[in-house]
Formats: sequence, C-alpha cells, structure tokens
Amino acid sequence: MSSFLSQEVPLSWYLLLSALLFTLGVVGFLIKRNLITVFMSIELMLNGVNLSFVTFAHQWHAVKGQIFVFFVMMVAAAEAAVGLAIIIAVFRARATLAVDRIDLMKL
Amino acid sequence: MTEIMNGSLHLWLIPVLPLAGFLINGLLGKRLPKFLVTAVALLAPLAAFAVVLIAAASTFFPQGFVRAMQGYDICCPDRAPSWTETFGTWINIGALHIDFAFVLDQLSLVMLLVVTGVGFLIHIYSVGYMKEDPGYARYFAYLNLFLFFMTTLVLAGNALVMFIGWEGVGLASYLLIGFWFSKASAVEAGKKAFIVNRIGDVGFLIGMFLLLANFGTLTFTEIATKLGQDPGWTGGVVTVIALCLLLGATGKSAQLPLYIWLPDAMEGPTPVSALIHAATMVTAGVYMIARTHVLFDHSPFALSTVAIVGAVTALFAATIALVQTDIKRVLAYSTISQLGYMFLGCGVAAYSAAIFHLMTHAFFKALLFLAAGSVIHGLGGEQDMRKMGGLRKKMPVTFWTMTVAVIAISGIPPFAGFFSKDAILYAAFQQGSLGKVLYFVGLITAALTAFYMSRLWYLTFTGETRSPDAHPHESPWSMLGPLVILALLSIGGGWISGAWTGVGNFGAFLGPVLGQTATESGGVPFEIILSVVAVIVAVLGWFVAEWLYGQKSEHPAQLAAALPAPYKLLANKYYVDEFYGATVIKPLMAISTYLLGWFVDKAILGGAAWLLGGIATFSGALLQRWQSGNLRSYAAWLAAGAAAVLLFFVLPWSNVWPASFDFIWKVVGH
Repeated sequence: MSSFLSQEVPLSWYLLLSALLFTLGVVGFLIKRNLITVFMSIELMLNGVNLSFVTFAHQWHAVKGQIFVFFVMMVAAAEAAVGLAIIIAVFRARATLAVDRIDLMKL
Repeated sequence: MTEIMNGSLHLWLIPVLPLAGFLINGLLGKRLPKFLVTAVALLAPLAAFAVVLIAAASTFFPQGFVRAMQGYDICCPDRAPSWTETFGTWINIGALHIDFAFVLDQLSLVMLLVVTGVGFLIHIYSVGYMKEDPGYARYFAYLNLFLFFMTTLVLAGNALVMFIGWEGVGLASYLLIGFWFSKASAVEAGKKAFIVNRIGDVGFLIGMFLLLANFGTLTFTEIATKLGQDPGWTGGVVTVIALCLLLGATGKSAQLPLYIWLPDAMEGPTPVSALIHAATMVTAGVYMIARTHVLFDHSPFALSTVAIVGAVTALFAATIALVQTDIKRVLAYSTISQLGYMFLGCGVAAYSAAIFHLMTHAFFKALLFLAAGSVIHGLGGEQDMRKMGGLRKKMPVTFWTMTVAVIAISGIPPFAGFFSKDAILYAAFQQGSLGKVLYFVGLITAALTAFYMSRLWYLTFTGETRSPDAHPHESPWSMLGPLVILALLSIGGGWISGAWTGVGNFGAFLGPVLGQTATESGGVPFEIILSVVAVIVAVLGWFVAEWLYGQKSEHPAQLAAALPAPYKLLANKYYVDEFYGATVIKPLMAISTYLLGWFVDKAILGGAAWLLGGIATFSGALLQRWQSGNLRSYAAWLAAGAAAVLLFFVLPWSNVWPASFDFIWKVVGH
C-alpha cells in the first residue's frame, strides 16, 4: 500500500522540520533564563530528534528507529517526572527559578 | 653409609635454628624476661652445633670420631662422602636452573664445626660481656642472624645460595659494627664496612655471571665436572672468573686493596670482633676460594695473584700492627695479616693448609679478642695499651689464656698456630722461585707477628700499672669459661694436622674435596729444618719485644725517635685511608655533588619537573576560566562542539584530509 507520506511530502521536509524543532530547542535552552522554559526546550530537542528517527525508519523500512523513539519517549517521561520534582525542590529552597542564580551545587 | 643415604641429615635445621632465635629475640626480645632471651640466644647455636655433630657422625665418622682422627675412616678418597640436600627449585628459566641446595662435605663440615662451635662459645661469653647493655636482646638477635647467614654461606651447594649468605653476613656485620648507633664513629665504621664490601661483591657477581655464561651452571660440583672433562679450560676466561672471585674474596676477607674496613670494624662490641671480624665471617673469602678451587687450579696466573695478594697483605698488615696502641686495632691488623697467610696458602694450591690455618686461627684469634675484651671489660672500657700494664696479678685467668693465644699465634710448637702456619710456609717454599720469595715474606711476617703479639702481652700484663685510678677486676666465669675452652683448642687444635704427632691427617681428610697436594706429604727432614727456622725467627721476634718492652725502658721511644719517618708512616697506617680519600672518595664526592647533584639532578631532572609542572599550572589557569559555573555557557560550548563535529562531517572540505580522516576512523572503529 502506498503511504500517505510517500508522494505528497518529500523526505527533506520532515528532516527540515526536525532540524527546525531541534534548533528551536537549542536556542531556547541557551537564551531562556527560566528553568521551566529550559526544561521545555529540552523536550523540544528530544521530539525534534524523534521526528527524524521516525522519518528514517519509514524511509528505510527499519523498525529499529521506531523502537528508539519509544525509548526516548519513555526516558523523556521519566525525566519530566524527576526534573519537575527537582525544580519544585529548588524553588522551595531558593525562591527563584532563574538559571544564572542557581549556579552553586550547595545551598 | 647406606642406611643414611635413604634418610635425611636435616641440614636445613642448621641455619633455621639460629634464624628462629633471631626472629624470637628480634621480634619479642624487648618483652621477654632476660633469662628467656639468654636461653633462646644460647640454645640456637648449641642446637645447630648438635645437628652438625650428628650429621658429621653419621656421614663421615660411622666408626666414631676417635678412630676417624686416627685415620681409619678417611683412608679412601674414592668414598668421598658428600651429602647434598635440595629444598626445591629457586630459578628455572630456560637453560638456567638453580636449586636451593645444601652440601655437606669435609670442607663445609670443618667450617660448620668452627662457625657453630666457636660461635656458641662466643655467645656464652657475650652473656657476661653484654650483661648491662640496654640492647641485650637486639644484640643476640643480630648474633643469631649472623649464624643463620654464615651457615647458609658454608652449606651452599651453588654460588647463588652462597651469595645469599655472603650478603647476609655483610648485613649482620654492618648491624653489629654499628650496634652502638648513637656513637657517630660506630655508624661511620658500619657504613664503611658495608660499602667497601659492596666493591668486592661486584667482583663476586661478575664472576657468577661469567660462570653462568661459560658453564651454564653455578653448582660447584658441576663446574668442577665440566672443567675436568675438558683440559682445554685454562687461562683466558677462567682467569677472569677467578680474578673476579678473588676481588670478592679480598673484600670479605679484608685483603689488599680492600682491607681498610676491618680495623674500623673494631667499633663493634668485642665479642663481635672475635666472632665476625676474626674467626668466621672474614674467613668466608678463603672458604670461597677453597670451594671454587678448581677454577684457580686451571689458572696459574690467578693462583699466583692470590698468593702475592696474601703474602703482601700479611707483611703489610703486620708492619702496621707493630706500632698500634689500641689493643683491638693490633688484633685487627693481626687478623688481616693472618688472613694473608691463608690467601698465601690458597695461592700455592695448599688449600687444606689454608683451611687448617683458618681453623686454628679461629681458635686463637677468637681467644685473643675475647681475652682483650676481658681486659677492656675489667678496665671499664679502656682500649689504649699505654694505659694498661700490670694486669697479670689482677686478671690471672685472662692472663694465662692470653699467654696461650700469644704463643699459638707466634707459631711455637706444640701450639696450634705452629702447625698450620708451618704447613702454609712449607707449601709456599716448594712452589718455585716465586714461592721461595713469598716464603721469605711469610717468614718475616712470622717474626713481626711474634714481635707485635709479645709487645701487646708485655704492655698489657707486665710491669706496673700505668693508670693508677683504674680498678681492674677479673671477669665473671661466663666470660672466662669460653676463654679456657678456646685456650685448650689453641693448644691442641693443631695436633690433628698429621705432622709429627700422628693424630689424624687433616690434609687427607679434606683431600676428597680440595685435592691432595703433593707438597703436604713431602720429605720430613726438610720440613723439620723449615720448622726450626720458623721457630727461631719467632723467638727472635719475641726477644726484640722483650728487649723493648720487657722492662720499663726508654728503648721504644728512642727507637721511634731514631727512625721518625718509618715510625710516622707506620703509625699512620701508610696513609692508605688518606690515599683512598684523595683518589677515590673525593673525586666520587665531587662527581656526585657537581655532576650528578647539581647538573643531572637539579638542572636536568629538576628543570624537567619544573617545566612540566609549569605547563600544567599555566594551562590549568587558562582552562579554569572555562569552568565558570554558568549553566548556559556550558550548554553553549556543548552546542558549539556538536555543531563543529557536524560541520566536519557534512562540509565538502573535510575531504581535504582524507588520510587523517581514515586514520581517525580506523582508530575509533577498531
């Protein structure tokens, strides 16, 4: 059967979107000072990578890429749980979420 | 014989018993009560002596000692009992195979009897001598350690096991010379002995390497077999090996040119001087030459060198002994001189005569040292003979035993020294023109020996006391007992020579190991003439001493004043120490300080270390700025790095260095 991806949208578009998402994530990570925004930027990068995984998996008819995506999503979920817990703990201790002001590893 | 061949003589017990004594007293001695320390210290050598006796009785004298001494069991050289016990392989690399092996034969038996027997007597003596010393347990631990290494040296079946003992006795000697380590001169003397011995050990080591390279074995019997199979082994490499071994022997046995450590070794306690620096350890060089005599037999040049070194040392040391005033130093130079006799004996291939002199010398020199120690003890530490005198009445037992020793070393029959010294001189006289020259050197030395020993005797015991404040007292019986036993041995120890007395035949006994030399069973009338000459010469020496020191006279001072230059030369020991100081030690110190210390150590090594440290510090200071603690800065660098890698792989100009790219790929990929 012919995929809905095949004729209408070329491969490079998917990859460009993936790169765009990843770059947005990087830029957001670098310029944002709020810890939660930084965190969301990481998620953005992860999903950018996921997209290229899925794209290539489709292109080469290899299921490995899709399995990797499941792994990445699972790790991202775990990371979100732990990361948000840390953010809450940091906010309780410092009363701030500005990245530049939590540069010490001790309280 | 046959029944014990299947059993074991337990030779390992002989060194291990003193080792156990060393461990007990060395580790626990401070906590044990004194009588236990004494018991352990005395039992170790006594038990070792007993093991030696049992082994000897079952191996060499199945019909008893008395009959053996009468020459019954030693008739047949072909029986040649030689008992080897192997305790496992030490080194096994390719063709190199070295065992832990002990050998009991006639030669090692004689040495073992002397080492453990005289050693035990000196242990007893030490109980009295060291009674008040705070380092009592430490002293006996070291003494037992010495016996452990010395018996290992003697029993060794190959040169490498002998080297263990060789180095070990050096260590024990070092520890005991520096026993009173709070005294700077004792520490210096210990270091000097150790370092001078190292020089000799280099010779021994090179000799061993050459033996391995040329014979492929270090086992004494195998070397002898290989030498015997091929009569072509003469001169050349055998001479070099023999000379290397001789260098080792001169270090340990205090011969020219390495004798300088022995007089300084007198800083140790007097029983140590008696045991290690007179009776046993310093004879290790003679023993080693006798043990490896097949090598020397195949090299006439090396053999002559041994003889010349021995004779020159004998005369040289005897002349120094003439004018020394420290009682122990006289005995030290006398020891060097007597060791020279033994080397002379080895050098004229009269090995059994040399070993015979080694044995009798062990008796009378140990006695001399112990008697001198008794005098020093009685005078509260005084060693200067000019402050002694008149001790005959105050210390009768010491006086009489010392008298026996003086007669024995002077070579008056029928005391022990006469037989052994005579055997050596007789053997030397029969060795061609060089032998005759060396014989006369030995004869002059005999006269000098009689002179300086009589001088010591007169200065110490006769006349009036020269230090009225001292209150000399006779020593306790724990010290006098060994003196008496050694005095008996100094009288009768020579009778087993077989000359004149017919009691045993020492040369024939050692024959299976050392080879029968024709010189020792020569024409009797001629030997008697030589003996008479030797005795006359000795009496002459005594007569001169009597004239100079017999009465309170001005003769010695007048003689010294009449011959100022020779007297000064002798009193300063030929300036040998100063000579070595100027020619060896000073240049060595200069090289060490300036070339090695300043240039190599400080400039090159220090500079390199400084440079490396500087680079690390500088680059650390630079890179430190990177680690700002700013999270976003880290992330930016990370992103930049990732971008750089991406660029490298994506951009077409990465093909500019395809070779390097391939290389990296190979390294990473495999």
